[in-house]
Amino acid sequence: MQLVLEKRAERSGTIALVSPLLAIGLTIVTMVILFAILGKNPLLALHAYFIAPLTDGYSLQEIAVKATPLVMIAIGLSLCYLANAWNIGAEGQFLIGAVAGSWIAVRTQGTDAGAWVLPAMLVLAAAAGALYALIPAICKVKFGASEILTSLMLVYVADLFLDYLVRGPWRDPHGFNFPTTAEFDPVATVPLLIEGGRLHLGSIIALLVVAAAAILLARTIKGFEIRVVGAAPRAARFGGFNANQLIILTFAVSGALAGLAGIIEVAGPVGHLQPGISPGYGFTAIIVAFLGRLNPVGILIAGLFLALTFIGGEQAQIAMKIPLDVTKVFQGILLFYVLACDSLILYRFKLVSSNRQVPRGAG
Amino acid sequence: MRKLFLALATGLLLAGSVSAASAADKLKVGFIYLGPIGDLGWTYQHDLARQALVKELGDKIETTYLENVPEGPDAERSIEQLVRAGNKLIFTTSFGYMDPTLKVAKKYPNVHFEHATGYKRNPNMSTYSAKWWQGRYIQGLIAAKMSKSGVLGYIGSFPIPEVVSGINATMLAAQTINPGIKVKIIWANTWFDPGKEADAAKALIDQGADVIMQHTDSPAAMQIASERGKLAFGQDSEMIKFGPKTQLTSILDTWGPYYIERVKAELAGTWKSEDSWGGLDSHMFAMAPYTNMPDEVKKMAEDAQAAITAGKLHPFKCPIVGQDGKPVECKGGDHLDDGQILGMNFYVKGIDDKLPGK
Repeated sequence: MQLVLEKRAERSGTIALVSPLLAIGLTIVTMVILFAILGKNPLLALHAYFIAPLTDGYSLQEIAVKATPLVMIAIGLSLCYLANAWNIGAEGQFLIGAVAGSWIAVRTQGTDAGAWVLPAMLVLAAAAGALYALIPAICKVKFGASEILTSLMLVYVADLFLDYLVRGPWRDPHGFNFPTTAEFDPVATVPLLIEGGRLHLGSIIALLVVAAAAILLARTIKGFEIRVVGAAPRAARFGGFNANQLIILTFAVSGALAGLAGIIEVAGPVGHLQPGISPGYGFTAIIVAFLGRLNPVGILIAGLFLALTFIGGEQAQIAMKIPLDVTKVFQGILLFYVLACDSLILYRFKLVSSNRQVPRGAG
Repeated sequence: MRKLFLALATGLLLAGSVSAASAADKLKVGFIYLGPIGDLGWTYQHDLARQALVKELGDKIETTYLENVPEGPDAERSIEQLVRAGNKLIFTTSFGYMDPTLKVAKKYPNVHFEHATGYKRNPNMSTYSAKWWQGRYIQGLIAAKMSKSGVLGYIGSFPIPEVVSGINATMLAAQTINPGIKVKIIWANTWFDPGKEADAAKALIDQGADVIMQHTDSPAAMQIASERGKLAFGQDSEMIKFGPKTQLTSILDTWGPYYIERVKAELAGTWKSEDSWGGLDSHMFAMAPYTNMPDEVKKMAEDAQAAITAGKLHPFKCPIVGQDGKPVECKGGDHLDDGQILGMNFYVKGIDDKLPGK
């Protein structure tokens, strides 16, 4: 007898719903075993990871702060991915948005410029992110260049450009030559929602973005076009939908959202422009987009969940001296199970008797 | 709505602090680390110091650390998490934690903070650092004696004053031995990236350098120098096992005595916000044994170390001539003053390179 994976005749709707829960369940079982091997009480550890951060206002705020850029970027990426356009360079668009918005903050520093500064920064950041994302999109449409490679490579360009600015022309003159701009003025700072906390206006903007994306995909013709072009390119061509135009559009939107997330992060939690403003948000957001099954509400949940693992991982480090590496293992295991369980949507296990000839190397 | 949030948040904050206070009978001391504790460099040395602290005062304190905390938006949260877990004295061990530490310090005036290598302080936030340039001066002397090609290779991390003063101290020392000595500098733009550091070391050796020095944290350059049969200096840690025939010496970060002293002050209730900038005399760092060199070079290094420790030799003794050929103003009497070294933003004469961002 042999266990083989067999393609289902049609995708299983039940499994599609159950699969994330199954993945989380399997992750928890694996983690319990791992904690036990490490000699930590598994129940206390799971409590530190998943329950403790949800029980106080401070941690809830921090989860929202951490999830904000992830969700905003992932929403944009999901539109690209649905339309079969592979934007891997959100990290670069995030950085370029941060740079463009910071330009206004740096130029108006100390001039008491007025309330227009922050809105202008947000708009410019989104525009810059969109333009930056258009480079790979246009190269793809005009020359057939792989957008995966070009968008990824532009991440490093953005990174070095930011680096140059904060080490050179924008460096804080009173900063002992350290690579950072001066702290932004209050008019160039994203307002906090709770006094003394870190929750900021950006989280509200992220929620609005989620709502807008949900409406776009479910209720508009453009949203329908995006889904059809991705799912059934031939049908889309017969329907007269222009795939190239959609690549341009979804890249621009996802670039704009990444750029917006960038300036919100810089003008919010960080407070100035410096290298290392993103601990890989643009890449983590790819995971968030797929964990949320490219669905706006799913992405919101996935973003919050991933943020929870970061905050919980930190609390587990403090409360139970569980090394950070375990948190990373945990995130890796989760992804592994999500992908593994997803294969059950399209495939199923089947037992076959071993005397049946199974073609080797095929399938 | 906003008021409701505020009330909820305040209530939760209070609840949190009450439970933390009642649980504390030992003093809780927290650490924020930049790298993993296994980096065998910067973070490793801080953790060795933490272990020394536990050994010395383990019955009175409890330590907690968070490792691999990036110097970005996450740092503030990580520091605050330590505060909320009841830590009363927190060491943030990298320059990039400066603003986040200050923000958290202002929010929690009853918690004391110690920030490594920065320049912003608060009544509850001290800074501490080491005068590594004293060690760099000794390395410069050794390098000039040992180099056959007359070209030194220098792997810089970031062009910040701490690194620039190290390059200048090296060159000023080397020029006393060989006035025509050259230095090739590569900026790795990272503190810890073994791949980049190894590439930098290869490039420097290809450009003729036969003594490699580094201001980055991994032993990668030492390994490359060892493979190519060149000489090198370690950084932060003892790296002799990566180049038994290669390492000349290494500047060892020895934070242990400082950490023990500050925690004792905290326990005694005498902790004050201070700026500690210790050198060889206060054991803020040490030199690894002088190896792979003739006895006379070793003696010269030991003599220089003794003279610097005794305050008889100052690496930045005036007159100092800048790259532009003009003498640098001498604010400290017969040597540059601490402020000039802390903010050093120029190369001395003889460095054939341009300071990035100048």
